[in-house]
Amino acid sequence: MSSQDIPEENLPAEQDTTHGAVGVADEKNPFADPGLPPHEHRIQDIDERAAKRSERAVALLFTVSMLATIGFIVSYVAIPVDKSVYVFPLGHISALNFALGLTLGVALFAIGAGAVHWARTLMSDVEVADDRHPIEASPEVRAKVHADFRQGAKESALGRRKLIRNTLLGAMTLVPLSGVMLLRDLGPLPHNKLRHTLWSKGKLLVNMNTNQPLRASDVAVGSLTFAKPEGLEEHDEEFQNEIAKAALMIVRIQPDNIKDKRELEWSHEGIVAYSKICTHVGCPISLYEQQTHHVLCPCHQSTFDLSDGGRVIFGPAGHALPQLRIGVNDEGYLEALGDFEEPVGPAFWERG
Amino acid sequence: MSTTTTTDPRSRGKASGGEKLADWADGRLGIYSLAKANMRKIFPDHWSFMLGEVCMYSFLIIILTGVYLTLFFHPSMNEVEYHGSYVPLQGQLMSEAYRSTLNISFDVRGGLLIRQIHHWAALVFLAGMFVHMMRVFFTGAFRKPREVNWLFGFLLLVLGMFTGFTGYSLPDDLLSGTGIRFMEGAILSVPIVGTYISFFLFGGEFPGHDFVARFYSIHILLLPGIMLGLMVAHLILVFYHKHTQFAGPGKTNNNVVGMPLLPVYMAKAGGFFFLVFGVIAAISAIATINPIWAMGPYRPDQVSTGAQPDWYMGFSEGLIRVMPGWEINLWGHTLVLGVFVPLVIFPLVLAAIAVYPFIEAWVTGDKREHHILDRPRNAPTRTAFGVAWMTVYFVLLIGGGNDLWATHFHLSINAITWFVRIAFFVGPVIAFIVTKRICLGLQRRDKEKVLHGRESGIIKRLPHGEFIEVHEPLSQEALYTLTAHEQYRPAELGATVDENGVERKATGGQKLRAKLSKAYFGEESQIPKPTVEEYKEITSGHGHH
Repeated sequence: MSSQDIPEENLPAEQDTTHGAVGVADEKNPFADPGLPPHEHRIQDIDERAAKRSERAVALLFTVSMLATIGFIVSYVAIPVDKSVYVFPLGHISALNFALGLTLGVALFAIGAGAVHWARTLMSDVEVADDRHPIEASPEVRAKVHADFRQGAKESALGRRKLIRNTLLGAMTLVPLSGVMLLRDLGPLPHNKLRHTLWSKGKLLVNMNTNQPLRASDVAVGSLTFAKPEGLEEHDEEFQNEIAKAALMIVRIQPDNIKDKRELEWSHEGIVAYSKICTHVGCPISLYEQQTHHVLCPCHQSTFDLSDGGRVIFGPAGHALPQLRIGVNDEGYLEALGDFEEPVGPAFWERG
Repeated sequence: MSTTTTTDPRSRGKASGGEKLADWADGRLGIYSLAKANMRKIFPDHWSFMLGEVCMYSFLIIILTGVYLTLFFHPSMNEVEYHGSYVPLQGQLMSEAYRSTLNISFDVRGGLLIRQIHHWAALVFLAGMFVHMMRVFFTGAFRKPREVNWLFGFLLLVLGMFTGFTGYSLPDDLLSGTGIRFMEGAILSVPIVGTYISFFLFGGEFPGHDFVARFYSIHILLLPGIMLGLMVAHLILVFYHKHTQFAGPGKTNNNVVGMPLLPVYMAKAGGFFFLVFGVIAAISAIATINPIWAMGPYRPDQVSTGAQPDWYMGFSEGLIRVMPGWEINLWGHTLVLGVFVPLVIFPLVLAAIAVYPFIEAWVTGDKREHHILDRPRNAPTRTAFGVAWMTVYFVLLIGGGNDLWATHFHLSINAITWFVRIAFFVGPVIAFIVTKRICLGLQRRDKEKVLHGRESGIIKRLPHGEFIEVHEPLSQEALYTLTAHEQYRPAELGATVDENGVERKATGGQKLRAKLSKAYFGEESQIPKPTVEEYKEITSGHGHH
């Protein structure tokens, strides 16, 4: 689109370009630009005593800055790093941080305030007009540049020698591929890693807090217990990656209150195990409402009903929480009866 | 040659030390031609012009303090046991990144202060860019020849957001790790390549052992390097284009009125750096920011309530919180619309402000340079669009903090979520209409003021008992300032039949443009400014001569 299809008269009239001179009231056009108003003197321009006062104020500010810097150094040396101090209304805060910050703040601010006060009261405040020049080059310059370019292009013979041009294009297109290739080893391919967790048949459910295997009798109605698979320890190299998928929430619900048939089958006497990782974007769910059996993810408020197959009842999550099938072994410990049947955590393209 | 040696103005004997040094530098760097153009360069004075300076200075402060922090920070995810001076975390397992951040906060004297200045300056930087862009937007300073500089500034805002995000993710504390998890979940939602991007970014499964080191190089080198380049380019263009100015007596499109760089502007702008730095240092002394020790080290199975990103990421948080959890499962694949749609809208919200100057230029068809700023009221459609955009932004900020709104104001979180869902669509429409009406009202008031003078507050009783308020005519300065703005007329499609009677088809683009032009400059969108004739008729009628 060019401006040609807009008639000239639709563009506003050119502005009055007279400027600079102090204007005289225009009888014919009361809206005309009267020009720069005459300069008004400040008190410091006429009264040397006022100017002196300004000078002293600026000097005082610079002196305050010097003193504040000395205060900074003294605080740094004198105040112990672990000393805490009560400052109203901030409460107990680090004394060193408070002292260093305030002295540094004052030292810097006083320099700035001094400089600005100096500029505002003592430096000339006469407004001056500078001419602007169009950003666009003149037609002659434009013609010269275009001609130069054409000449250069012609001398390179790039347009005529197609073979050179095409192979150069080819080479330049291919060469960045090396850089792309080098990124390949940033990480392994996903394969089916997102589909599997550490859980497998017979793995005991270990209480996250006590680090002891859970017995069915340990889980009371109304309580929320976090569990991890046996054998996974905090010091393990891959602990973070594994717990990010395997973390469990264990709750006990009266079997009559479980609405979902499969959930009841996968539970043990009303003890159900659900993935702790929210199916929205993967925050750990941590809030449990024992009356309704709802759990809430504190990040984005997705809410799931643990008495109804982990169904989403509010919030942005797109699918139910995966349930882990559990049972009890001969010694009365809760154990997994397999891995999760679907991927835990946020949905992804290959999830299906 | 021989004559020049005798008449060389740079006769070494009389020159002072400073002059000699300058001569030396000029002979090698050509500084005199540079200084000739710039030393007494004129800068106009207006409070809103310092907003950009706040950004520049806070960016410098971030670089200075950031370099200091790199001296102590260990960008490593090796798990270590903590035995430092912060007692509550004694013996805990944590990453080296988190431990070194604790050390900066508790063992390095002044480390906490520098960390807090770094973080506070980042918040000020982002807020400053936001407000600076609003200033440029609402005054139309983005028009030719400054569109490219608008884009530079826009890129600085976007890169600033991601530099901030990568920065606050580095300590590897519980809150920042949760933010990273959110990002990973969002990446997983990308169709086809999501899982691959995630595995490449994290060096395998989340959280892996790599992201802190990778984010570190992005945060301290890649992004700030680009930003530094962009900022220099931004400043060069500001110098080259010269500053814009508001209309006023003596101020035209062909001049720039103000005070010279040396000494006034140098003292003011230089002093302003210290003011900004001083204020941020004082804030960091009294206001704790990001107390990572209170949150503990990151564990993917732990979280705190009330988790919030830094404010500039809040609108993306809002998008993800209020989007319904739609998922489409087809042919063994999952399209995670509930997460992917917000991920797509996020850049679109930003892109809307990036492309705006080009849309407006296309609608007006105006190819001239503009150095005189618009008062927002005199460009009602633009102003209304800007306010509509801000409405979307703030509605999403509410959505991003819906849990805090709910707990602080005792509201239902479901109600807030539904409010945000509806207001996301309705809010900007209402804001657009209301803003436009306010602008038109202000235009009418200006017109009234020009034609009838300003209210003097003096009530006069006429001989026949009528009370009137005396209006005083405006000075010519005021009259000029209030009538200096330009008013476009809407572009029309023109005759559909040319002079030979042949039907001329308007393209879709032309039709759209005519419609937009009417919306921008039609009768409903601007009040014709008073003319000299109207003014003379009224003033002569009142007998003011």
